[in-house]
Amino acid sequence: MRVGRVQFGGIVRQVSLDFVPEAGLGDYVMVHVGFAISRVDAAEAERTYKLLQEMGMLEAELAAPDS
Amino acid sequence: MKYLDEYRDERIARALAAEIAQQTTQPWVLMEICGGQTHTIMRYGIDELLPRGIELVHGPGCPVCVTPLETVDKAIELSLHPEVILVSYGDMLRVPGSRSDLFRAKAQGADVRIAYSPTEAVKIARANPDRKVVFLAIGFETTAPANAMAAWQAKREGLSNFSMLISHVLVPPAIRALMVSQTNRVQGFIAPGHVCTVMGCREYELLVHDFRVPIVVGGFEPVDILEAVLMLIRQLEAGEARLENQYVRSVSYQGNVPAQQIMGEVFEIADQKWRGIGPIPQSGLRLREEYAAFDADRIFDLGEITVDEPAECISAQVLQGLKKPPDCPAFGMRCTPENPLGAPMVSTEGACAAYYHYRRHMVAS
Repeated sequence: MRVGRVQFGGIVRQVSLDFVPEAGLGDYVMVHVGFAISRVDAAEAERTYKLLQEMGMLEAELAAPDS
Repeated sequence: MKYLDEYRDERIARALAAEIAQQTTQPWVLMEICGGQTHTIMRYGIDELLPRGIELVHGPGCPVCVTPLETVDKAIELSLHPEVILVSYGDMLRVPGSRSDLFRAKAQGADVRIAYSPTEAVKIARANPDRKVVFLAIGFETTAPANAMAAWQAKREGLSNFSMLISHVLVPPAIRALMVSQTNRVQGFIAPGHVCTVMGCREYELLVHDFRVPIVVGGFEPVDILEAVLMLIRQLEAGEARLENQYVRSVSYQGNVPAQQIMGEVFEIADQKWRGIGPIPQSGLRLREEYAAFDADRIFDLGEITVDEPAECISAQVLQGLKKPPDCPAFGMRCTPENPLGAPMVSTEGACAAYYHYRRHMVAS
């Protein structure tokens, strides 16, 4: 059983990596009852988040008082 | 924390809410399935950010809440055997059985222990060869792979003192049952992100096809939920019905293949009773024949118990999205997390608990 140390905020726990064989040092994983169930695809997450950020900035501009 | 904090960004949340308001031209009823999503909605007031026409109803996405009353009673009964160590996820301890609960049994001297992970239950079995360890293995598909691993490990090691009392439920058959029900008002679904992390999206595509209903796989942070709502509204306003994935940072179309494999090796699909809803065919999991020696239902003589819920608890209607917790006459008064009449008030993923913690002042609609 492949086990890794995963940090949740300030706490470090032993987590089984049996379901995410591709996970390595520095990766982010979703953990449920002590088992990692997915590894965050950093590039995909970055791409989709950028769109949300742009939306947020645009809305803030539109909502801002006349400058 | 990365991949969490950004999805709680207020500016983005408000931008999404504004966009949703712009796109919405008529009322819509949306259902979110996972208890974790219910809690986020209540905690961050997402429903209050949305335009009045959009109604968010809560589905049966709390595995603790839908564990059959009989299973809770069986667990309590087993825990009272002196040779048994009953191991359970913490959430199940205060769930009311028909006369008692595990916490009370523990107070009366039963050896009931909490595990964060099923592997801890196996460890306890290894460390106590003279005792019989029974693990109360409940959950949706998210927890099934971990529970399967416990059985697989126990079998591989030839443990003779470890068994599991299983109550596993599957989401797609529940959605199907809701959609064919006469009382259904739901027009779009936010599918549970962690169930789909394990199982992938294929089953939801079948539902979209069979019922022509839009489904978006959503995450658990406020931005995730708002984005999923926006995606649903865009489809509904355009008369579309497709499967979309909002939770791309965790969910892929095929899901987690090793997790699905271990589930298939250890479990098989079975008919399942859902507390508050009743039996739904082919909606649960049971241990395969090869794992009979680890099935508490088969090795202990527990008999067939049939029990009725206390009349006052309306969890059946809450779990199907027909009523909201404040509609219940007992809400916040005779029924509180300290003295729950039903499971949704005690579970961290229960709708009633969510309303109790974040909306206690609400009056029934």
